[in-house]
Amino acid sequence: MSETLTLNKIVNQKGISTAEAANRVSDLGWTPSYVQEAMTFPTDYKISRVPRDPMKQVLRSYFPMQEEKDNRVYGALDAALRGDMFRNVEPRWVEWMKLFLAIIPFPEISAARSMAMVGRLAPGEELRTGFTMQMVDEFRHSTIQMNLKKWYMENYIDPAGFDITEAAFGKCYATTIGRQFAEGFLTGDAITAANIYLTVVAETAFTNTLFVAMPSEAARNGDYALPTVFLSVQSDESRHIGNGHSMLMAMIHDPSNHQLLERDLKYAFWQNHAIVDAAIGTFIEYGTTNRDKNKESYAELWHRWIYEDYYRTYMLPLEKYGIKIHHDDVAEAWDRIVKKNYVHKTAQFFSVGWSFNFWRIEAQTEKDFEWFEHKYPGWYAEFGDYWKWYAKLSKPGEKVIAFNSDVGYVYPHRCWSCMVPCLIREDFCCDEVDGKVYTYCSEGCRWTHKVAFAAEYEGRATPAMGRFSGRREWEECYHGWDHADALVDLGFVRSDGKTLVPQPHLRFEQKDMWTLDHVRGNTLGSPLRAFRALKPGAERDAAVAEYRKGFTINPCN
Amino acid sequence: MSASPQTVQKSGAAGSAIFAGSDSRKYNYYEPKARKATHYEDMTVDVQPDPERYLLQDWIISFPDGTPTYSKTWTKALSSNWHQFRAVDQEWERTHYQRQSTICGMVQGVIENARKSGAPKRFDAAWVKVLQDHLGAYKHAEFGLGTSLMQAQRYGYTQMINNATLTNSSYKLRFSQDLTLYLSEIGMDLGNFDHTAGKTHWLEDPIWQGTRRAIEAIMGATDYLEQYLATNLVFEPLVGELFRSGFIMQMAASQGDFATPSVVAAAEADYERNLANTVELAHMLTHDKEHGAHNTKLFNGWIAHHGALAKEAAANLQPIWSQPRVKVSSFDDAQERAHNRIQTICSQVGLKAP
Repeated sequence: MSETLTLNKIVNQKGISTAEAANRVSDLGWTPSYVQEAMTFPTDYKISRVPRDPMKQVLRSYFPMQEEKDNRVYGALDAALRGDMFRNVEPRWVEWMKLFLAIIPFPEISAARSMAMVGRLAPGEELRTGFTMQMVDEFRHSTIQMNLKKWYMENYIDPAGFDITEAAFGKCYATTIGRQFAEGFLTGDAITAANIYLTVVAETAFTNTLFVAMPSEAARNGDYALPTVFLSVQSDESRHIGNGHSMLMAMIHDPSNHQLLERDLKYAFWQNHAIVDAAIGTFIEYGTTNRDKNKESYAELWHRWIYEDYYRTYMLPLEKYGIKIHHDDVAEAWDRIVKKNYVHKTAQFFSVGWSFNFWRIEAQTEKDFEWFEHKYPGWYAEFGDYWKWYAKLSKPGEKVIAFNSDVGYVYPHRCWSCMVPCLIREDFCCDEVDGKVYTYCSEGCRWTHKVAFAAEYEGRATPAMGRFSGRREWEECYHGWDHADALVDLGFVRSDGKTLVPQPHLRFEQKDMWTLDHVRGNTLGSPLRAFRALKPGAERDAAVAEYRKGFTINPCN
Repeated sequence: MSASPQTVQKSGAAGSAIFAGSDSRKYNYYEPKARKATHYEDMTVDVQPDPERYLLQDWIISFPDGTPTYSKTWTKALSSNWHQFRAVDQEWERTHYQRQSTICGMVQGVIENARKSGAPKRFDAAWVKVLQDHLGAYKHAEFGLGTSLMQAQRYGYTQMINNATLTNSSYKLRFSQDLTLYLSEIGMDLGNFDHTAGKTHWLEDPIWQGTRRAIEAIMGATDYLEQYLATNLVFEPLVGELFRSGFIMQMAASQGDFATPSVVAAAEADYERNLANTVELAHMLTHDKEHGAHNTKLFNGWIAHHGALAKEAAANLQPIWSQPRVKVSSFDDAQERAHNRIQTICSQVGLKAP
C-alpha cells in the first residue's frame, strides 16, 4: 500500500463546507407577508443590525456531538458507582448539593424558554440557529441535573432533602434567591432578561465560578459526578456566550441603546454578584473538607474568573463603543468579598437558619479555622466563636441557634432586591417605592429595585421593563408561626413524621437527630414588618443606625 | 483555637447507617401517572414551579402589566389540572439526543451511500426539478413550524407541556436542516442544480402560497396551544404528511430515487411521536370535567380556521403530482388518505374534523 493512501482518501467524497452549510441553514427563514409574527415579548432596545452566528454549527453535527458528550457523562456516573465513590465522598459536600441541585434545573430550563424571547427580536435568521441550539442545550442541562440529583438520592447515605427537591425548591428561602436569578432570565424586557442578564453576564462571567470552580472543589471532596456533569454543561456555554456577544454587538452600535445597556450591565453584574457569589462562595468555602493552603480561595477564584477573565477582557473593551462601565461596582463587589466577608457572612446566615433548610450543615472545625485564617486574615476573630457556638448547639435539646440569645447573632433583614439577607450590616439601607418601605443589602440593590425596575429610566420611558412582585420576604410568609408548624408546612420533616430533614451536624445515628419537639415554642417573625411598624423619621433612622453597627458574637467557652 | 470535635461518618454510601428517612430514595412530591414514576417524570415534573403547588412566595418578577413569569392566561384553553399531562414519548435530554443523533447518522449514511453509488445522477430529470423546486420549498414550511414551536415552548403552564413543545421544535428544525443539507449535497452531483430555487418557489410560486399562508397563520398565532394543536392536529395530516408520504415517499422510487424517501421518512417517525403527545394533551383538555365543553368549542374553532387554510394549501399543491414523469399515485388518493387521517385523529380527541 502506498504510504500516502489512507482510508479517508478512499471513502471521502466532496461535501459542502461547514460555513456554506451554516449559510444555507440560515437562509431557511423569511419575512412573513400574510400574517405577522406577534412581538409578544417586547423590548425597549432597538436592534438594527443583523447579528452573526459565530459558531457556524448545524444540527447534523450538533446532535451527535452532544450524544457523545452524554455518553461520557453517563459512563462516568457508572464508573463512579463501580469505584465506590460514595464510600469516600465527603457528606459535608454532598449535603450542599441538596440546595444547589434543587435550584439549578429551573434557571437552566428558564434559559431554554428565554430563547423564545430573543428568537424573534433579531433581524435575519442566522443567530436564530444559535438560539435554537442553546434552547436544546438548556433542556439538556435541566434534565441532566435532575438526573444527577436522583443519582445522589439513590446512592448517598442520607437521601432526605433530595427526595423532596422540587417541593423544597418552591418553599425554601434559599432557593427563592436562585429563583430571582432564574426569573430574571425570562421576565420583563426581552433583551434585559434573555440577553444582558442571562448570556452577557450570567453565562459569560458567573458560569465560570458555578460550573468550573465548583466542580474542582467537588473532586477534592471525592465527588467525581458533579465535575463530569457540570464540565460537560460548561462546554455548551461557549456557544451561549457567542450568542450573547453577537446580539450585544448588533445593538451596541446604536447610541440610543447605550443608556439601557449601561443600566442593564450594572443591574445584571450587581445582582449576579449578590446571588451567585453568596451561594457558590459558600458551597466552595464551607462545603469542602479540603484545606490545602495552596489551593485558591473563592476570593482568588473570583479575581481570576470575574475580575481578570470577565471584567478586564470582556467588559472593559465595551468602553471603546462608548459604553460606560461601572468600575466602581466591580471594585465594590471585590471589596465585599475580600474586606467585608460577604461569603463568610452568608455561610454564617445559612447555618443560623439550618433549622429552616432541607439539608445538613455541620460546624466548621479547627482545621477549617486555620485555613480560613490563612486565606482571610482576621477571619478567626470575627467568626471563630460563632462556629464554636454552632458546634456546641448542634446537639438536640440545645436551644436552636436562630433563637438562642446567648450567641449574640442578630437575625438580619432581607434584601428586597437580591433576596439574600442584609448581611454586610454597614451597607444596609432602605427606601420607598410606590409609597412602601423596603430594605436592601446594598446601594446597588436599592438602585436595582427603585431605579432600574421601573417604568422610566433617567427620564426615558421603559415600558417593557419588568417589576418585582410576589411575597419577596420569606419571613413574612411565616410571621407569627411556631417554628415546628412552619417546618411541617414546609414539608421539611422526615418520613417518621417528627425528625427534621435539616440537621446541624453529620451524625447519622437516630439519637442525634433533631425532631419537631426540639424546635417547638419558637415564633417566627418578619423583620420587614417590624421595620415598617416604626415611625418614619427618627425612630426608623435610629433602627437603621443600630442595624449598621452590627453585632458581636459572645465568647463561647 | 478550638472547637468541639465532630463525629464523622466513615462512609457516605447508601445503607451505611439506618435512621429516619435513610430509605427515602424516590422523588415524593408528585403523583406519577402510573403506579411507578418513570424516569421521564422524575426529570420533568415540577421543575417549572406553580404557586398552586409549592411556590410559597409566588412568582417574584412580573411583566410591566403585572403578568407573572408564567400565566394561565397565555392560552384560552382551561384546565382543572394542567399538571396532569405527561408526554407519551417520555423524552428527556438523553433520549432526545440519542434519537436525534441516530437520525442524523441514518440520514448522513443514506446520503453518502447514495452519492457513492452515483444515485443522484440517475434520478429522472423531471424528478430532480421537483426536488429542487418543491422539496426545496417545503423545507421552509418545516422551519416555520420549528420556529413557531420554539416560540410556543415559552408559554405553557407546566414543564411537561413546554418540554414536549420544545422537543417538537427541535425535531422540526432538524428536519428542515436535513432537507437543506441533503438537497445541497445531491446538488453537488447534479451540475446545474439551483439550491436557491426552493426559497423562490416558497416565496413566489402560487402552488406554495397557500402553504405559506397556513404556516404564517400558525407562526402568527398568539396562543401557544393554538400553535401546537394547529401544527400537529391540522397542518401535519392535511399538508405535511400529504406532501411527505403522499407525494415524495410514494413517487420517488419510480423516478430512480431511493434516497429521498429515507431522508423524509425520519420526519414521519418524528411526527408519530409529536402527534401522540398532542393527542394526549388535547384529549386531557377536551375531557376535562370542568372545562371540556369550553375547550372542545375552542379547539373546534382553531381546527376550522387552520383546517380551511390547510385545505386550501393542500389543494394548491395538486399540480405537483403531475410533474414527475412516472406517475404512480394520484393527488386524490393522497388527499383521501389525509382526510381519513385527520378524521381519525379528531375523533380520538372528541373534535370535529375540518
